[in-house]
Amino acid sequence: MMVRVLVSLKSGILDPQGKAVEQGLHGFGFKVDHVRIGRLIEMDVPAATAEEAKAAALAMCEKLLVNPVMEKASIEVLA
Amino acid sequence: MKVAVPVFPGSNCDHDALHACGTVMGWDTVPVWHQETALPAGTELVFVPGGFSYGDYLRCGAIAALAPIMADIKRHAENGGLVFGVCNGFQILCEAQLLPGALLRNDTLRFIHKWVHLRCERTTLPFTSAMRPGEVICVPMAHAEGNFTLDEAGLGELEARGGVAFRYCDAAGNVGDDHTPNGAANGIAGITNLKGNVLGMMPHPERAVEPAQGGVGGLPILRSLAAAFAKA
Repeated sequence: MMVRVLVSLKSGILDPQGKAVEQGLHGFGFKVDHVRIGRLIEMDVPAATAEEAKAAALAMCEKLLVNPVMEKASIEVLA
Repeated sequence: MKVAVPVFPGSNCDHDALHACGTVMGWDTVPVWHQETALPAGTELVFVPGGFSYGDYLRCGAIAALAPIMADIKRHAENGGLVFGVCNGFQILCEAQLLPGALLRNDTLRFIHKWVHLRCERTTLPFTSAMRPGEVICVPMAHAEGNFTLDEAGLGELEARGGVAFRYCDAAGNVGDDHTPNGAANGIAGITNLKGNVLGMMPHPERAVEPAQGGVGGLPILRSLAAAFAKA
Protein backbone atom coordinates (compact mmCIF):
# COMPACT_ATOMS: atom_id res chain seq x y z
CA MET A 1 0.00 0.00 0.00
CA MET A 2 1.43 3.38 -0.97
CA VAL A 3 1.91 5.67 1.99
CA ARG A 4 2.93 9.29 1.90
CA VAL A 5 4.55 10.90 4.95
CA LEU A 6 4.90 14.66 5.02
CA VAL A 7 7.50 15.83 7.53
CA SER A 8 7.56 19.52 8.36
CA LEU A 9 9.22 21.74 10.93
CA LYS A 10 7.11 22.52 13.99
CA SER A 11 5.75 26.03 14.18
CA GLY A 12 8.17 28.23 16.07
CA ILE A 13 11.20 26.36 14.73
CA LEU A 14 13.25 28.69 12.55
CA ASP A 15 13.34 27.58 8.91
CA PRO A 16 16.23 29.47 7.30
CA GLN A 17 15.74 27.50 4.07
CA GLY A 18 12.10 28.59 3.86
CA LYS A 19 13.20 32.16 4.57
CA ALA A 20 15.73 32.09 1.74
CA VAL A 21 13.16 30.71 -0.70
CA GLU A 22 10.67 33.35 0.45
CA GLN A 23 13.20 36.08 -0.26
CA GLY A 24 13.84 34.53 -3.68
CA LEU A 25 10.12 34.60 -4.45
CA HIS A 26 9.93 38.21 -3.31
CA GLY A 27 12.78 38.87 -5.76
CA PHE A 28 10.49 37.67 -8.58
CA GLY A 29 7.71 39.94 -7.34
CA PHE A 30 5.52 37.22 -5.81
CA LYS A 31 3.51 38.31 -2.80
CA VAL A 32 4.08 35.43 -0.38
CA ASP A 33 4.57 34.94 3.33
CA HIS A 34 5.47 32.19 5.85
CA VAL A 35 7.24 29.89 3.38
CA ARG A 36 8.18 26.62 5.10
CA ILE A 37 10.08 23.72 3.58
CA GLY A 38 9.40 20.12 4.53
CA ARG A 39 10.22 16.61 3.35
CA LEU A 40 7.99 14.20 1.45
CA ILE A 41 8.55 10.47 1.94
CA GLU A 42 6.66 7.99 -0.23
CA MET A 43 6.85 4.25 0.36
CA ASP A 44 5.19 0.97 -0.40
CA VAL A 45 4.13 -0.63 2.88
CA PRO A 46 2.97 -4.26 2.87
CA ALA A 47 -0.37 -4.09 4.68
CA ALA A 48 -3.86 -5.55 4.33
CA THR A 49 -5.75 -2.42 5.38
CA ALA A 50 -5.20 1.34 5.35
CA GLU A 51 -5.23 1.37 9.17
CA GLU A 52 -2.47 -1.21 9.28
CA ALA A 53 -0.38 0.77 6.77
CA LYS A 54 -0.90 3.96 8.74
CA ALA A 55 0.08 2.28 12.01
CA ALA A 56 3.26 0.96 10.40
CA ALA A 57 4.13 4.42 9.04
CA LEU A 58 3.51 5.96 12.46
CA ALA A 59 5.95 3.51 14.03
CA MET A 60 8.52 4.42 11.36
CA CYS A 61 8.04 8.11 12.16
CA GLU A 62 8.64 7.51 15.84
CA LYS A 63 11.71 5.37 15.23
CA LEU A 64 13.49 7.28 12.47
CA LEU A 65 11.58 9.50 10.05
CA VAL A 66 10.76 12.33 12.45
CA ASN A 67 12.80 14.11 15.12
CA PRO A 68 10.11 15.25 17.57
CA VAL A 69 12.36 18.02 18.91
CA MET A 70 11.90 19.97 15.70
CA GLU A 71 9.55 18.13 13.36
CA LYS A 72 5.98 16.88 12.98
CA ALA A 73 4.48 14.54 10.40
CA SER A 74 1.21 13.84 8.66
CA ILE A 75 0.52 10.42 7.16
CA GLU A 76 -1.63 9.74 4.14
CA VAL A 77 -2.47 6.28 2.78
CA LEU A 78 -2.81 6.63 -0.99
CA ALA A 79 -4.08 3.21 -2.13
CA MET B 1 43.38 5.78 28.90
CA LYS B 2 41.70 3.54 26.36
CA VAL B 3 39.82 5.42 23.65
CA ALA B 4 37.49 4.14 20.90
CA VAL B 5 36.66 6.28 17.86
CA PRO B 6 33.59 4.92 16.04
CA VAL B 7 33.87 5.38 12.27
CA PHE B 8 30.75 5.71 10.12
CA PRO B 9 30.57 5.92 6.33
CA GLY B 10 31.15 9.63 5.78
CA SER B 11 33.03 10.33 9.01
CA ASN B 12 35.91 12.62 8.10
CA CYS B 13 37.24 13.87 11.43
CA ASP B 14 38.01 10.39 12.75
CA HIS B 15 41.71 10.85 11.99
CA ASP B 16 41.73 14.23 13.77
CA ALA B 17 40.38 12.43 16.85
CA LEU B 18 42.81 9.52 16.49
CA HIS B 19 45.72 11.96 16.12
CA ALA B 20 44.70 14.14 19.07
CA CYS B 21 44.01 11.25 21.44
CA GLY B 22 46.59 8.77 20.14
CA THR B 23 49.58 10.75 18.89
CA VAL B 24 49.33 13.97 20.90
CA MET B 25 47.96 12.65 24.21
CA GLY B 26 49.54 9.22 23.89
CA TRP B 27 46.36 7.34 24.77
CA ASP B 28 45.63 3.84 23.52
CA THR B 29 43.25 4.91 20.73
CA VAL B 30 41.60 2.65 18.16
CA PRO B 31 39.06 3.20 15.36
CA VAL B 32 35.92 1.05 15.59
CA TRP B 33 33.88 0.37 12.45
CA HIS B 34 30.18 1.19 12.78
CA GLN B 35 29.15 -2.39 11.97
CA GLU B 36 30.88 -3.70 15.10
CA THR B 37 28.47 -4.61 17.86
CA ALA B 38 30.85 -4.12 20.80
CA LEU B 39 33.44 -1.56 21.86
CA PRO B 40 36.93 -2.95 22.53
CA ALA B 41 37.17 -4.40 26.05
CA GLY B 42 38.25 -1.80 28.60
CA THR B 43 37.15 1.24 26.55
CA GLU B 44 37.05 4.27 28.84
CA LEU B 45 36.31 7.10 26.42
CA VAL B 46 34.24 6.95 23.22
CA PHE B 47 35.11 9.84 20.93
CA VAL B 48 32.31 10.21 18.34
CA PRO B 49 33.99 12.12 15.52
CA GLY B 50 32.75 14.76 13.11
CA GLY B 51 31.98 14.40 9.44
CA PHE B 52 28.97 13.70 7.30
CA SER B 53 27.89 10.25 8.45
CA TYR B 54 25.66 8.62 5.83
CA GLY B 55 25.86 11.80 3.77
CA ASP B 56 23.70 13.66 6.31
CA TYR B 57 20.73 11.88 4.68
CA LEU B 58 17.33 12.35 6.33
CA ARG B 59 18.79 14.45 9.18
CA CYS B 60 22.39 14.94 10.32
CA GLY B 61 23.29 11.98 12.51
CA ALA B 62 19.90 10.28 12.23
CA ILE B 63 21.09 7.15 10.41
CA ALA B 64 24.34 6.87 12.37
CA ALA B 65 22.33 6.91 15.59
CA LEU B 66 20.90 3.53 14.53
CA ALA B 67 24.24 1.93 13.57
CA PRO B 68 25.04 -1.40 15.25
CA ILE B 69 27.91 0.05 17.37
CA MET B 70 25.55 2.64 18.91
CA ALA B 71 23.83 0.08 21.13
CA ASP B 72 27.11 -0.60 22.93
CA ILE B 73 27.95 3.12 23.08
CA LYS B 74 24.58 3.66 24.80
CA ARG B 75 25.34 0.83 27.23
CA HIS B 76 28.77 2.37 27.89
CA ALA B 77 27.13 5.75 28.63
CA GLU B 78 24.47 4.19 30.86
CA ASN B 79 27.22 2.53 32.88
CA GLY B 80 28.82 5.93 33.45
CA GLY B 81 31.48 5.60 30.72
CA LEU B 82 32.64 8.79 29.03
CA VAL B 83 31.27 9.73 25.60
CA PHE B 84 32.51 12.81 23.76
CA GLY B 85 30.80 13.86 20.52
CA VAL B 86 32.18 16.61 18.32
CA CYS B 87 30.33 18.27 15.42
CA ASN B 88 28.55 15.42 13.57
CA GLY B 89 29.33 13.38 16.70
CA PHE B 90 27.23 15.86 18.72
CA GLN B 91 24.41 15.57 16.16
CA ILE B 92 24.60 11.77 16.41
CA LEU B 93 24.41 11.86 20.24
CA CYS B 94 21.31 14.09 20.05
CA GLU B 95 19.66 11.81 17.49
CA ALA B 96 20.54 8.81 19.69
CA GLN B 97 18.85 10.65 22.58
CA LEU B 98 21.98 10.51 24.70
CA LEU B 99 21.75 14.32 24.76
CA PRO B 100 18.67 16.57 24.59
CA GLY B 101 17.84 18.90 21.71
CA ALA B 102 18.63 19.02 18.02
CA LEU B 103 20.97 20.87 15.67
CA LEU B 104 19.23 22.89 12.96
CA ARG B 105 20.63 24.59 9.89
CA ASN B 106 22.71 27.66 10.83
CA ASP B 107 20.51 30.76 10.84
CA THR B 108 22.86 32.27 8.23
CA LEU B 109 22.05 29.28 5.95
CA ARG B 110 25.78 28.94 5.34
CA PHE B 111 28.47 26.44 6.19
CA ILE B 112 30.64 28.39 8.64
CA HIS B 113 34.29 27.55 9.13
CA LYS B 114 36.40 29.77 11.33
CA TRP B 115 38.11 29.95 14.71
CA VAL B 116 35.66 30.77 17.48
CA HIS B 117 35.94 31.59 21.15
CA LEU B 118 34.10 29.44 23.67
CA ARG B 119 33.47 30.15 27.33
CA CYS B 120 33.60 27.26 29.73
CA GLU B 121 30.36 27.32 31.73
CA ARG B 122 30.97 24.34 34.00
CA THR B 123 34.23 23.04 35.43
CA THR B 124 32.89 20.09 37.41
CA LEU B 125 32.84 17.76 34.40
CA PRO B 126 35.51 15.19 33.52
CA PHE B 127 35.81 17.12 30.22
CA THR B 128 36.46 20.49 31.88
CA SER B 129 37.88 19.77 35.34
CA ALA B 130 41.29 21.28 34.47
CA MET B 131 39.68 24.52 33.28
CA ARG B 132 38.93 27.70 35.20
CA PRO B 133 35.32 28.89 35.52
CA GLY B 134 34.66 31.22 32.58
CA GLU B 135 37.91 30.23 30.85
CA VAL B 136 37.88 31.21 27.18
CA ILE B 137 39.33 28.84 24.60
CA CYS B 138 39.77 29.36 20.87
CA VAL B 139 39.02 26.39 18.58
CA PRO B 140 37.82 25.91 14.99
CA MET B 141 34.19 25.42 14.02
CA ALA B 142 33.17 23.93 10.66
CA HIS B 143 29.50 23.13 10.21
CA ALA B 144 26.26 24.02 8.46
CA GLU B 145 23.92 22.50 11.06
CA GLY B 146 24.99 23.72 14.50
CA ASN B 147 22.05 25.87 15.45
CA PHE B 148 21.15 24.22 18.75
CA THR B 149 17.46 24.11 19.52
CA LEU B 150 15.28 22.74 22.29
CA ASP B 151 11.77 23.61 23.43
CA GLU B 152 11.44 26.31 26.05
CA ALA B 153 10.81 23.96 28.95
CA GLY B 154 13.71 21.71 27.96
CA LEU B 155 16.03 24.67 27.53
CA GLY B 156 15.06 26.02 30.95
CA GLU B 157 15.74 22.66 32.53
CA LEU B 158 19.08 22.31 30.71
CA GLU B 159 20.22 25.73 31.95
CA ALA B 160 18.91 25.15 35.48
CA ARG B 161 20.84 21.92 35.92
CA GLY B 162 24.06 23.40 34.55
CA GLY B 163 23.87 21.28 31.41
CA VAL B 164 25.53 23.93 29.24
CA ALA B 165 29.26 23.23 29.10
CA PHE B 166 30.34 25.78 26.47
CA ARG B 167 28.89 28.96 25.00
CA TYR B 168 30.08 30.98 22.03
CA CYS B 169 31.67 34.26 23.13
CA ASP B 170 34.14 36.95 22.10
CA ALA B 171 37.82 36.95 23.08
CA ALA B 172 36.95 38.64 26.37
CA GLY B 173 34.31 36.04 27.24
CA ASN B 174 31.24 38.14 26.48
CA VAL B 175 28.31 36.03 25.32
CA GLY B 176 25.15 36.95 23.41
CA ASP B 177 23.58 36.77 19.97
CA ASP B 178 26.31 38.99 18.48
CA HIS B 179 28.92 36.40 19.44
CA THR B 180 26.89 33.36 18.38
CA PRO B 181 27.77 32.57 14.76
CA ASN B 182 25.01 30.07 13.95
CA GLY B 183 21.88 31.18 15.82
CA ALA B 184 22.16 28.54 18.56
CA ALA B 185 19.71 29.01 21.45
CA ASN B 186 21.35 30.88 24.36
CA GLY B 187 24.63 30.80 22.44
CA ILE B 188 25.02 27.12 23.28
CA ALA B 189 28.07 25.42 21.73
CA GLY B 190 28.22 22.32 23.91
CA ILE B 191 26.04 20.48 26.41
CA THR B 192 26.23 17.57 28.78
CA ASN B 193 23.75 14.98 29.98
CA LEU B 194 22.31 14.74 33.48
CA LYS B 195 25.12 12.54 34.80
CA GLY B 196 27.83 14.66 33.17
CA ASN B 197 29.52 11.70 31.46
CA VAL B 198 28.30 12.51 27.94
CA LEU B 199 29.34 15.77 26.28
CA GLY B 200 28.57 17.04 22.79
CA MET B 201 29.88 20.20 21.18
CA MET B 202 29.84 21.65 17.66
CA PRO B 203 33.35 23.24 17.51
CA HIS B 204 36.45 21.05 17.18
CA PRO B 205 38.83 20.97 20.16
CA GLU B 206 40.61 17.97 18.62
CA ARG B 207 41.73 20.20 15.74
CA ALA B 208 43.55 22.59 18.08
CA VAL B 209 46.02 20.48 20.01
CA GLU B 210 49.36 21.36 18.39
CA PRO B 211 50.89 24.74 17.47
CA ALA B 212 51.19 23.56 13.85
CA GLN B 213 47.38 23.44 13.70
CA GLY B 214 47.24 27.16 14.42
CA GLY B 215 46.39 26.96 18.09
CA VAL B 216 46.16 24.70 21.12
CA GLY B 217 42.77 25.84 22.46
CA GLY B 218 41.52 22.26 22.56
CA LEU B 219 44.19 21.02 24.97
CA PRO B 220 42.44 22.08 28.21
CA ILE B 221 39.62 19.63 27.40
CA LEU B 222 41.98 16.74 26.67
CA ARG B 223 44.05 17.56 29.77
CA SER B 224 40.86 17.54 31.84
CA LEU B 225 40.11 14.05 30.52
CA ALA B 226 43.68 12.98 31.32
CA ALA B 227 43.25 14.25 34.88
CA ALA B 228 39.90 12.49 35.21
CA PHE B 229 41.55 9.21 34.28
CA ALA B 230 44.59 9.74 36.46
CA LYS B 231 42.14 9.95 39.38
CA ALA B 232 40.07 6.93 38.38
